[in-house]
Amino acid sequence: MTPPWAFAALGAVLVALVAGVLIGPVDIGVGAILRSALARLPLLDVDSPLTAAEDAIVWELRLPRVVLGALVGAMLALAGATYQGVFRNPLADPYLLGVAAGAGLGATVVISYGPIGADGYLLPLAAFAGAVLAVAGAYVIGRSLGGERTTATLILAGVTVAAFLTAVQTFVQQQNSQTLNEVYSWLLGGLTTGGWREVALIAPYVGFSSAVLLLHRRALDVLAVGDDEARSLGLDVTRTRLVLVGCATLGTAAAVSVSGLIGFVGIVVPHLVRLAVAPSFRVILPLSLALGAAFLVLADVVARTVLAPAELPIGVVTAFIGAPFFAFVLRTTRHTP
Amino acid sequence: MVHPKLLAAALAATLTGLFGSAAAPGRPLATPKPLFPVTIEAANGRVTIPRRPTRIVSLSATLTENLFAVGAGKQVVAVDERSNYPKSAPRTKLSGFQPNAEAIAGYQPDLVFLHPGGGEIVTQLRSLGIRVLQLPAAVNLSQAYREIVQVGRATGHPRVAQGVVRSMRSRVNASVTSAKRSGSGRLAVYHELTTDYYSATSRTFIGQVYKLFGLQNIADGASGAGTGYPKLSGEHIIASNPDLIVLADSKCCRQSYATVAARPGWQTIKAVRNRRVIRADDDVVSRWGPRIVGFVRTVAAALRSAP
Repeated sequence: MTPPWAFAALGAVLVALVAGVLIGPVDIGVGAILRSALARLPLLDVDSPLTAAEDAIVWELRLPRVVLGALVGAMLALAGATYQGVFRNPLADPYLLGVAAGAGLGATVVISYGPIGADGYLLPLAAFAGAVLAVAGAYVIGRSLGGERTTATLILAGVTVAAFLTAVQTFVQQQNSQTLNEVYSWLLGGLTTGGWREVALIAPYVGFSSAVLLLHRRALDVLAVGDDEARSLGLDVTRTRLVLVGCATLGTAAAVSVSGLIGFVGIVVPHLVRLAVAPSFRVILPLSLALGAAFLVLADVVARTVLAPAELPIGVVTAFIGAPFFAFVLRTTRHTP
Repeated sequence: MVHPKLLAAALAATLTGLFGSAAAPGRPLATPKPLFPVTIEAANGRVTIPRRPTRIVSLSATLTENLFAVGAGKQVVAVDERSNYPKSAPRTKLSGFQPNAEAIAGYQPDLVFLHPGGGEIVTQLRSLGIRVLQLPAAVNLSQAYREIVQVGRATGHPRVAQGVVRSMRSRVNASVTSAKRSGSGRLAVYHELTTDYYSATSRTFIGQVYKLFGLQNIADGASGAGTGYPKLSGEHIIASNPDLIVLADSKCCRQSYATVAARPGWQTIKAVRNRRVIRADDDVVSRWGPRIVGFVRTVAAALRSAP
């Protein structure tokens, strides 16, 4: 049996995707876009009314950007929910264990020392590797400090690794001040230049991580009662935590590698679901995935239209809309976060 | 509290007392007119320079280029970390963005050139007894010319400075005329500052250069963004279909015709189809020194080339 919230979530994603393709800074009629979509289907004899430029705008800029936004938003929200569960910490976000700092260092190194013109593939790869290595480092350090206090020490290890990597990144940046511009614009993040290539780059990672995380949603509920209780219920706590953190990191690293750092999605969406629907991870995980996608796609619509033809950095929109909305939900619900 | 004007008057009186009359009112004009003392109307007020400066520090890449162009290079003892032109400039680790008064004073300068910004640096340097000339950022070519003349006067090279400006003016005019004759007037330009499409409107210095050619600037529609440097949406760039693309991110971010042509959807843009994509030196187009003339000529050549 499918619960009603599942349909609502699916509806939200669909609405966001369609709105994302139909609405943009360049005014192209809805009818024209729909006919052009039909024209792309095989066996149908429909002529596209779009000019070459309009066609490129809709199918090579807007659609991949919308899909990319959905993938990134879904992954960040899902990873955020997972981290919050694993660490039993409502303030945990996908960047908690050093993903941001690691990715930032990777990107900065490629921008500063990489071969000319290699940015296309090398940059996301380096950002991805940096993010994964940073969290792996934090995990190893955290584990070596003792098994009993694992979650707290893990978070502290993450903070330590992040601080160290940020220092290294700033140093590299200072040594290569001509690259400041490029590093900065990558760090600020956004979906501005995302195309099908970026979608293809991250889709496998996001797909795999999401599937594994969703399969473990019950384990998260068990973890929530505490390590000892979880063990007494037969859960291999250490292994489960490793799998969950590993997959959340893998997916986040992939998302960050193409979109830079986009704040607030990973923290606000899971809490919204928890407060508005149910506090169980069996609900929070799939709903965060869907609503994260819808939220980021709609935030991006705002980012590219509100100042059109200029664009806002998407982080401004996610925080500007997300924060007051979250405050409103906090006020109107009686659940505790 | 002491009124700032009174303070300035007192300061001026002290300076006059120390260094002799600045404006020398009422004295008959001698020929040739002595180069010093000279008074410059700067952003930090009227600055009187009593004698030819010999230990100049420049905290601005543009002002460094101007100093060397007017022939004052030998008087310069230190320039900031961003002053990478000309090669012979004595580049140091000094920062123009976060200037450190102590580090500057270490060079024992008798005149410091800088731009507005950088907090309390002017006050700090003055309290150390160091003379400061703060010149504003130019927003068009006439202001850039004026700044070169001021730099020349302040350093004892007014004639050379005027010659530099005269030559710049005539070369810019020649370039613009040649391009306009080939009908550049109705063409549109996209000036790219970063790979995420930050651009410059006609309100900026570089925008004024395009305006000379009568070009339409596709960033102007976004001037509501306030700064003069809006971040454009990719859709808008494709829909505006510019005839000329200038890449001011060729050095920082290694952009070129090839990388632009490889961007999804950009093959529909006229500038890409006609290969009118210019790689500009990031430094030249973000400063307002004499090298801007070379850039103007590049633009003119691109506009003259038949599509």
